[in-house]
Amino acid sequence: MQSPASSPDRLEAHDVHVQAGSFPAVRGVSATFAPGEFTAVIGPNGAGKSTLLRALIGLTPVTRGEVRLAGKPLRGWSRAERSRALAFLAQSEGLPAAARVRDVVALGRGAGDWRFGLLPRSPWTAEDEAAVDAALDRTDTRRFEDRRVSELSGGEAQRVALARALAAQPRFLLLDEPTNHLDLAYALDVVRYLRCEVAGGLGVVAVLHDLNLAARADRLVLLHAGQVLATGTPREVLTPAHLHAAYGVRVRVVQDSDRLLVIPED
Amino acid sequence: MSVITHERRSAARTALPLKTAALVLLLISAVVLGTGLGSVNVPPGEVLGALWRGLTGQALVGNDVIVWQIRLPRVVMGVLVGASLSVCGGAFQGVFRNPLADPYLLGVASGSALGATIAIVAGWPRTLIPVTALLLALAAVTCTLALAREGRRFPPNRLILAGVVVGSVLSAATTALILRGEDRARQVLAYTLGDLGFSGWPDVLTVLPYAALGGGALLLLARALDTLQLGELTARSLGVPVERLRLITVVAASVATAGAVAYVGVIGFVGLIVPHVVRLLFGPGHRTLLPVSALLGGALLVYADLLARTTPLSQVGIVTTLLGGPFFLWLLRRQSSE
Repeated sequence: MQSPASSPDRLEAHDVHVQAGSFPAVRGVSATFAPGEFTAVIGPNGAGKSTLLRALIGLTPVTRGEVRLAGKPLRGWSRAERSRALAFLAQSEGLPAAARVRDVVALGRGAGDWRFGLLPRSPWTAEDEAAVDAALDRTDTRRFEDRRVSELSGGEAQRVALARALAAQPRFLLLDEPTNHLDLAYALDVVRYLRCEVAGGLGVVAVLHDLNLAARADRLVLLHAGQVLATGTPREVLTPAHLHAAYGVRVRVVQDSDRLLVIPED
Repeated sequence: MSVITHERRSAARTALPLKTAALVLLLISAVVLGTGLGSVNVPPGEVLGALWRGLTGQALVGNDVIVWQIRLPRVVMGVLVGASLSVCGGAFQGVFRNPLADPYLLGVASGSALGATIAIVAGWPRTLIPVTALLLALAAVTCTLALAREGRRFPPNRLILAGVVVGSVLSAATTALILRGEDRARQVLAYTLGDLGFSGWPDVLTVLPYAALGGGALLLLARALDTLQLGELTARSLGVPVERLRLITVVAASVATAGAVAYVGVIGFVGLIVPHVVRLLFGPGHRTLLPVSALLGGALLVYADLLARTTPLSQVGIVTTLLGGPFFLWLLRRQSSE
């Protein structure tokens, strides 16, 4: 239950239970997420992936068990500290259509400075400006920072949403199906940008539906009916036995150069 | 490349003060014209002179008494009401992420009107009118939100439908009250059509704190409202307590609306349209949207009242509805064609 010195900078779920109404959406999940590591959370629809993600950043109350950040229970962090450390990209982030890209990204800096959660944050500093610039640069969105969101393609908008999340300079970034309605090229794009951030020390936890995309993560957590069915490297988790148990589908897993490919048999 | 973006950004920065200055001029001209024009026309120079003499405590001469005792309180009331309704409209639209939300469509204004009518018909002291207006405004918006709620969410269509239903019921109640209070019927009827004609300095001074407190609180919430536009989950992940934001916005907007409605009645479309116009001109950020809406709304209402006084349209509420309705339809078409 308690893992003392093991967790200087980790985000940990300890036997987390989440009740969604009368339905137990997450039933005793334990997992550890490290900085500089890309973890994909996979599993069939209704397995509790999104709920687990929300519990990890404190958006959904944990009914039993505990989430810890850097060894300290999430409840012990202030709203400000928590929102600064953990960035979240919702499933379909509704960017305001008429807003300008740079203004949207700057909203990410709001993280952490709310007095009573509502009053204006402390004055805008050069540090804030630099963080916004960096986020724009790292997502290659700087060149259209003055455009309106309505003028962007789906892939560009998703990169802007990513820049918004990165602007807070978080320790962990949690993404709920970030590649959801993107075409193949844009989906790979998103994974590539995430990879760069991970190389820079960011901890990434992403709910992904596409198993071949998930195979590019460092670690996988396979959920089924609110519980962890398997966890480990893609090679350890993406086995025909695990996937049949989770999805009820027979698959073949083949190795193509250094990458795993999951191919449905039916 | 970075030079270009810097130039563009600084261009955007200089455009903002310019546009704001234009709006300030619009407001000043509204005050001067609104004060000068009427059954006795006072030229702008004389209006400014009268204002100066009054403010510096000199003896009032000629038309100064008309300016100070009759015209100016009406104009200042117009500015307060227009500014309050516009800020409330912008805040409601932001907090419910619903372009149709405004004090009228949510039933807040109808609640205020019923509260005020009760106080008028019962013959209670005039300073009590905004208090009963506020109580009924809060009751009305509570009903609307309770009817519209689906779990944690307020779906846009349900919200507007619930607001219209609550507003209609309250308006019927107001009409029933008017029909009973025959001796004050003329005053109350004018009231339900929106009228600045009864405004004197005491009313203006009573309304001022409602506008200042309600409107001021809404201005402080601007950044939280901006963040909410990213979606409720995202806003919460950024540290915005969304439920608290909703509650405070609704209460603050009800305070300002109750003050705006208390003495002048139901003036439609201002709160709906002004924020849309400001969004077209200044973009969607609430830090500019809310204060600029106050400026434009204040100026617009004074001009509408001027039109009402000098044409057969006779009452400001009739003017705003006659002009605002078609204009709003044009806005809708424009937005759906984009």
